[in-house]
Amino acid sequence: MANLTMIQAITEALDQELARDEKVLIFGEDVGKNGGVFRATQGLYDKHGEDRVNDTPLAESGIGGMAFGLAVQGFRPVAEIQFFGFVFEVMDSIVGQISRTRYRMGGKLNMPVVVRSPFGGGVHTPEMHADSLEGLMAQAPGLKVVIPSNPYDAKGLLTSAIRDNDPVVFLEHMKLYRSFRDEVPEEQYTVPIGKAAIAKKGTDVTVVAYGYMVREALKAAENLEKDGVSVEVIDLRTVSPIDYETVVASVEKTGRMVMVQEAQRQAGVGNTVISEVSQRSVLSLEAPIGFVSAPDTIYPFGQAENTWLPSADDITEAINKAVNF
Amino acid sequence: MAKQPVDYEALLGSIEASFPMVQILDKDGKVVNKDIMPDLSDEELVELMERMVWSRVLHDRSMALARQGRLGFYAPTMGQEASQLASHFAFKKTDWLYPGYRDVPQLIQHGLPVSQAFLWSRGHVEGNNYPEDLNAIPPQIIIGAQYIQAMGNAVGQKLAGKEDQVTFTYTGDGGSSQGDVYEGMNFAGRYKAPIVFYIQNNGYAISTPREKQSAAKALAQKAAAAGIPGIQVDGMDPLAVYAVSKQARDWAVAGNGPVLIETITSRFGPHSTSGDDPTRYREQESFDYWEQRDPLIRFRNFLTEKGLWSTEREEELIAQTKEEIKQAAKEADQAPKMKISNFLESMYDAPGQNIKEQIEKYQAKESK
Repeated sequence: MANLTMIQAITEALDQELARDEKVLIFGEDVGKNGGVFRATQGLYDKHGEDRVNDTPLAESGIGGMAFGLAVQGFRPVAEIQFFGFVFEVMDSIVGQISRTRYRMGGKLNMPVVVRSPFGGGVHTPEMHADSLEGLMAQAPGLKVVIPSNPYDAKGLLTSAIRDNDPVVFLEHMKLYRSFRDEVPEEQYTVPIGKAAIAKKGTDVTVVAYGYMVREALKAAENLEKDGVSVEVIDLRTVSPIDYETVVASVEKTGRMVMVQEAQRQAGVGNTVISEVSQRSVLSLEAPIGFVSAPDTIYPFGQAENTWLPSADDITEAINKAVNF
Repeated sequence: MAKQPVDYEALLGSIEASFPMVQILDKDGKVVNKDIMPDLSDEELVELMERMVWSRVLHDRSMALARQGRLGFYAPTMGQEASQLASHFAFKKTDWLYPGYRDVPQLIQHGLPVSQAFLWSRGHVEGNNYPEDLNAIPPQIIIGAQYIQAMGNAVGQKLAGKEDQVTFTYTGDGGSSQGDVYEGMNFAGRYKAPIVFYIQNNGYAISTPREKQSAAKALAQKAAAAGIPGIQVDGMDPLAVYAVSKQARDWAVAGNGPVLIETITSRFGPHSTSGDDPTRYREQESFDYWEQRDPLIRFRNFLTEKGLWSTEREEELIAQTKEEIKQAAKEADQAPKMKISNFLESMYDAPGQNIKEQIEKYQAKESK
């Protein structure tokens, strides 16, 4: 066991998968000698060589096309999109092409592509860097969309993603990269994709969150514990496909639910979860479902981001409303 | 006045001069450049002609089938036989083909049964149930996307150490304007990937004429920006197309990286069978000019002169091909009805909760 940050856990997962399977390739902008702008691929170029870990030209669409062709040739490409705000340049490859290939070939062709990318607000990036675009990805049939909330899950989920025979968009919230450490086993392990986790057990209300918002939800839950409110926090971990079974079981136990997402309010992951819970568990609900999200503006100018981003206070307020209904 | 630092006019002229068009046979089938005559046996020459005639018949029959409502989407190929079949002729069965949607003839020559090509056109998944030894991806619909994918394929071939193997891919004059076309060539140059890129310049992207795509005088010059060789070839001349393609393949196999080939060709008919009327955007003179340059006329003349071809032979081949196509269309009619539950099953290697629930739902619905 080592005490690792999430970025270190990610590097370890990549390193160990490169060593385990010679078909695994890592490429993207600045991922080679420089080890990536966040150092996710630190040391991997020196250790595994340029054929396995390399710098591409600065062109996201080309990176996506390269991942497609390499997958056809039997490789397991792990492409890095430097910031997820740049994903629009590679939307055709990911959403139009890679996601549809297994279906298009009658189920016969694997597309074991991982697209890793940093995203998320609160770290004072320039514009077009911080957007939460997972809802766009989650709407694409054929993709899986994974968002870890801690170092342990990051390593296990990324290992699963690389071994998965279907394309996985793996989103790494920048605020989680170095903000805290976890005990992370040195040996390889997997955390299943499509399975939510109960981040904290509770009995009065279910809070469903993912990514960095799990941290804010846990903060809110701890605060409310003092007031005698027992909050169960569910970490979705995968936003496509969503583990409704875990969510529904929890909501049917607590009778109350608050959905939390960092993304803007309309459409998106939160509304999907709320819709499914409403259809499956409406008779178990003792209060309207709460929904904490960012407002429907463009991701704000840097100096306003802290008031724009949902926080533990917003979540606390929504929980109180649900509990006191 | 001080001397200008750059002579832009001369600079432009020198770029244009760097992309001459290669030709071996003139429009009447006379050899105009015997020094670069490809090393093809009489049998091979005849086979190439047979493939081109086959393709013309496939075109004619596909148009007829489309009119009868027995084909779905079809992109006519008449006029492009040299560009398509003579380029494909330079590659091996083990090479990988990434076609555009007009490149169905090459796909069939590469190993796709005609019946499956028809099923693809009709929108049936069996059309993409490729034989094990068919090294190809189904035709690309998003113009230019095949360039970046084919590039990745070629990088993979190189990394896997597949020595006598390359990738080849096609787009058109319209496609040459796409960013993906540049990105594909640029990456392929950077990785020295074994790939041959084709721009089949048939003069029109649906209705938009070639001049409105780019100020570049030759589309082949787009290779220069990626640091790879680009060449223009008379796309109505099968021997020139073959010779340039063969050399490009050899170049790529030898580890020198990619080549871009622009074939100057013409589509004699509409863009597709979905209501395009080329007389809306094309003058009669243009049809006349290009029909005189029909690749079948010049190759027929060339081979007849050599005593390798005859009208009887061609007629026999046409009759035989028509029969094969008729059978293929019948075979396509036998394809099973598709089920949504099967689509759901083919979405993922292992289905998630949503897909599992929907499979159950559709299985119940479809078993009624």
